[in-house]
Amino acid sequence: MRTGIGKRETGIEALQVNKTYKLYVGGEFVRTESGRYDQISSPKKRLLANVSRGSRKDLREAVRKARAAQPGWASKSAYLKGQILYRMAEMLEGRAESFTKLLVEARAVTAVAAAREVRAAIDRLVHYAGWSDKYAALLGTVNPVASSYFDFSVPEPTGVVGIVAPEAPDLLGLVSHLAPVIVTGNSVVALISETCPLASLELAEVLATSDLPAGVVNLISGRKEELVPHLARHMDVNAIADADGDPALSKAIAADSAVNVKRVRRYAIADYFPDDAQGLDFIEAFTEIKTTWHPIGV
Amino acid sequence: MSTEVKDSEARAKAAQHLEAERPSLEFGGAWDYAPAPEARDHVRLEKAYRLFIDGRFVAAKSRRTFPTINPATEEILARVDEAGAADVDAAVRAAEEAGRKRWSRLAPAERGKYIYRIARLLQEKSREFAVLETLNGGKPIKESRDVDVPLAVAHFFYHAGWADKLAYAFPRHRVAPVGVCGQIIPWNFPLLMAAWKIAPALACGNTVVLKPAETTPLTALHLARVVQEADLPPGVVNIVTGAGETGAHLVNHPRVRKIAFTGSTEVGKIIQRALAGTDKRLTLELGGKAANIIFEDAPLDQAVEGIVNGIYFNQGHVCCAGSRLLVQESVAEAVLAKLANRVATLRLGDPLDKNTDVGAINSKMQLTKIRELVAAGIDEGAQIHQSSCAIPEKGFWFPPTFFTGVAQSHRIAREEIFGPVLAVMTFRTPEEAVEKANNIPYGLSAGVWTDKGSKIFKITAKMRAGVVWANTFNKFDPASPFGGYKESGFGREGGVHGLRGYVELE
Repeated sequence: MRTGIGKRETGIEALQVNKTYKLYVGGEFVRTESGRYDQISSPKKRLLANVSRGSRKDLREAVRKARAAQPGWASKSAYLKGQILYRMAEMLEGRAESFTKLLVEARAVTAVAAAREVRAAIDRLVHYAGWSDKYAALLGTVNPVASSYFDFSVPEPTGVVGIVAPEAPDLLGLVSHLAPVIVTGNSVVALISETCPLASLELAEVLATSDLPAGVVNLISGRKEELVPHLARHMDVNAIADADGDPALSKAIAADSAVNVKRVRRYAIADYFPDDAQGLDFIEAFTEIKTTWHPIGV
Repeated sequence: MSTEVKDSEARAKAAQHLEAERPSLEFGGAWDYAPAPEARDHVRLEKAYRLFIDGRFVAAKSRRTFPTINPATEEILARVDEAGAADVDAAVRAAEEAGRKRWSRLAPAERGKYIYRIARLLQEKSREFAVLETLNGGKPIKESRDVDVPLAVAHFFYHAGWADKLAYAFPRHRVAPVGVCGQIIPWNFPLLMAAWKIAPALACGNTVVLKPAETTPLTALHLARVVQEADLPPGVVNIVTGAGETGAHLVNHPRVRKIAFTGSTEVGKIIQRALAGTDKRLTLELGGKAANIIFEDAPLDQAVEGIVNGIYFNQGHVCCAGSRLLVQESVAEAVLAKLANRVATLRLGDPLDKNTDVGAINSKMQLTKIRELVAAGIDEGAQIHQSSCAIPEKGFWFPPTFFTGVAQSHRIAREEIFGPVLAVMTFRTPEEAVEKANNIPYGLSAGVWTDKGSKIFKITAKMRAGVVWANTFNKFDPASPFGGYKESGFGREGGVHGLRGYVELE
């Protein structure tokens, strides 16, 4: 797949055009500023791609873009956010076959298993698309205070959320953490699967064609050991979804996050396929409750 | 330069300033209030207070004690035991056993009835608690009588009713208690914070080990008597007194399942870091630097009352105090003139006096911190305005103060002073107000003053803060969730949302 001469469907022999996998930052596909790369091979040791090995600077740039994009994204109507998430599902559906191929190639899973994962990722996007205009009604309250005030509480987005995506399943895992975070108006800087980054980087192409405003989701490939501390210590990241599953890494994330009182939600999800790997709890984790007091009087 | 010198300079400059300014109203000696002190004979103080562990008052194994004083007079009120590691361990073990054998097995409705009992007993003893709170903390009796004690009662009453209704609060989940909750509270609302912490924990089936603040342990220890009187199973509520070291023993105890902390952002971060790698739960209610935004179309007289209530309530020892005033340029002069006059009428003095508006600063340490930041304000070029009220000779006092000409970068505009000191800044457009209000690592509360309803919803929605008061300030209720954004902490206390920190969902 990576090199050589392939036979195209026309039957004409021609050199295959290979994709350059880049980071996705601020709505653009960019190479790492560091100029470094990691070689990604299939389990059968075949070279698949040279992937950008993201740096601290790339991460900081991504946070900057995420911060800039967040208020605008949060101010979009719930209806519009829902439609954009639904369009992400549409775009993924349209490319389901190529994602399936990519998973087969990169993880040596069967075509059936790969197709099942792509299907689950699409369904997960549809699930969260429907939440956009419903979660606030379930998480919000009107509070019967004893004095003469109209007092109500509503969920608001936490801000910029860092996602440390699970190593596997790379595509479904990333989508499962991304969708509930952005549906409320947060923006995201995600450190994607280190060992299997290709499908996640390809997902950037889905995001880029879904009317999702630039900077709302930023995807960084590279080495977690190097990048995670910078994410956890960044003063302008409000929260972290820690789904990597490595206890030592989790402990470091939790400790570093204290620097600016980050909210940290640790996930240990053995199986991303069932319905209990989705839902309102995933949304609530990255919201803040705001209570407003308004006098009642004439 | 020492803080003492800086402080006297500040006073001199302030006096000069007031002289030059000539307030439009003359108060001087024309208004002479007769003293109206609340009698303190209703409170029977012990000479020495023990720890409350497993339903009994026991001497600390540490064999250490510390004095607790009245900050208004520096009189020693009592000596209090200091809990060491072995004492904290005994308390945690008692709590664990009581949780496992008694409290979590009790029918939820019965649990609720115990909590109702506490509420009722506290109501019956309201005078005792109000006077004691004022004696030990320095806050005006009218505040402890009308705010602290009634709200503490309300918190128990509110949460009692949740005990048998948790399944309604968390549909689709099986609700279980967390276990032993370690709760660490500050000195600004000692009884109220104890109620905020204990009531929801008990309602959700947990047991608690509470550590009151070092300077204000007395109302919590009298609350322990109420717990006894209510006949709660021994070990359900344990109270260990001491300072930071005692708190650290509690935070690091392996059998504590949850830590709830209210206090400074600095200590909150230490606790968050200390819990990394454990599966203890954590809720933090930390510092604040709230913006109180006054638009030109606000009812100015009401707004001035709101400003005063926002920053001088409880000597400004309030995490959600409106310590940054953002006033629209077009009305700044009018608002500040009204504010200066209003500040001149505030009565500082004997906290037990029913006419006192501003009581004593809680401790010498806090007074030093306030003085240091006020000196920094002067050094950085802001103009100080201070009430010329008389300062009692004994005790810790700081006159109501505000600064004008404050820049966003000044320490007094960025750091939590936790005293009766207001930083005033101006703005021209709503966008500028929002930008300035949010440009701070804290996010606990905010105030918005305008007569235009649509503007209220626009601006309150843009505040990155957990509690926003429109045309009011510093209002609290057990049904209303309270807690911060950003570095002001996470988790909520009060309301349905407040239960979340005290339940395990399966």
